[in-house]
Amino acid sequence: MTETIPSAYITEFPAARSSPFHPPRAYLRLQREQSVHRVTLPSGLQAVLITRHEDVRALLDDERMSADETVPGYPFLYAGAFESPLRGTFMRSDGEAHYRVRRMLSKDFTQRRAAALGPEVQAIVTGCLDAMERNGPPADIVRDLAFPVPSRTICHILGVPYEDREVFEANTRAMINTSSTKEQVQGAMGAILGYLDQLISRKEAKPADDMISRLIEEELKPGNLGRQELVTISLILLVGGHETTATMIGLGTFALLEHPDQLDELRRSPDLWPGAIDELLRHQTIVQNPIQRVALADIEVGGEVIRAGEGVLLVLEAANRDPAAFDDPDRLDVHRNARHHVAFSFGAHQCLGHALARIELQTVFRSLFGNFPALHLAVTPQEVPLRPSTVGLFGVDSLPVTW
Amino acid sequence: MRIIVDGKRCCGAGNCAAIAPEVFDQSPDDGVVILLRETPPPAFIPLVAEAADLCPVAAIKLIEP
Repeated sequence: MTETIPSAYITEFPAARSSPFHPPRAYLRLQREQSVHRVTLPSGLQAVLITRHEDVRALLDDERMSADETVPGYPFLYAGAFESPLRGTFMRSDGEAHYRVRRMLSKDFTQRRAAALGPEVQAIVTGCLDAMERNGPPADIVRDLAFPVPSRTICHILGVPYEDREVFEANTRAMINTSSTKEQVQGAMGAILGYLDQLISRKEAKPADDMISRLIEEELKPGNLGRQELVTISLILLVGGHETTATMIGLGTFALLEHPDQLDELRRSPDLWPGAIDELLRHQTIVQNPIQRVALADIEVGGEVIRAGEGVLLVLEAANRDPAAFDDPDRLDVHRNARHHVAFSFGAHQCLGHALARIELQTVFRSLFGNFPALHLAVTPQEVPLRPSTVGLFGVDSLPVTW
Repeated sequence: MRIIVDGKRCCGAGNCAAIAPEVFDQSPDDGVVILLRETPPPAFIPLVAEAADLCPVAAIKLIEP
């Protein structure tokens, strides 16, 4: 077993991207060396860092690994954050405790349900693009398209009035920013929870045709879900439903504008779009915080042993650049079959909304580049403001464009 | 080639139904996999194999005859 790691590799965690389109090189160097590395986290805790595609997939679907942050050894990343907003929820539960809730939610995110939302998503996208056209260049893709589309879509699904978006959009950003203090995170979360609690009360009195009303009727009233649990689940869906996709739209637009050869291919052959979405998801992998788990037993990985009680970090952005899984992995190639990427994670906790996200991304990119054939950056690529490595999702804070 | 699915393991992610909709569907009640064809024609085998590989909880198994 190798336990000595060159100190140069462990001083900087999380490592920062040196290019907006590539994961930190430090992770890829580790990936070439061996399966298992041990790092010291900003929290002071130690954890095992896993970067290879095969290992990441195997460990994310291993019942000896727990997502429960109350298990001793759970690798909290940052000091002062030894309890996440997700504690006790299905996202931080294993086995039946996780599936009990996941099964209540899955029916609204099946392939069929996502496909049925296609026309609604298209109408939302068209509305945003018409407004962009009306207001004339320049535009900010993040403000005018990337946030409004997934935000309106998840509001439509859940039955949250879009007019109330200020309550959850600003507070969501405070919640996912790892440089927020514990008080800021709790304050932001409290604001959204309070809002959702009132919304649920209104829907209890007057149900509508939406997901929260359905959960009230099917799960809350028969006693399958507690009221506070429903409030928290609504928060997870609302936050998970817009911030991730919004980030991917912003960064994906930037990536396509900076890879004009690939964009030309997509304009010539629109049939390539579905595959291109997976390739963009793989290549960009916005989830830059690693997936956190804790080992419940000794587990052998690549000839080494992760010991029971060790925290484990699964680096999705590195796994998606593993040459053992993807030829010439740094190349953005819209012809590639990239469907085995782990941008939506893997295992029982794989993103519930991935089918919906794919439809949103495809509708946005097809319509944007179709309606605005002369679209280009209004600033130099170096001037595009990037999020720091401490924010859970890597992306651009704004993307000024003109046409 | 015969397909076996494990509905208890299935997490309802629906990758299989996206890749091979002629073979896999999802229950409208909880998103859990529904096997439409236990022994699909040979033309479907590559997609079924990919669906099995992409299943995040390895709930799809292919059995050689």
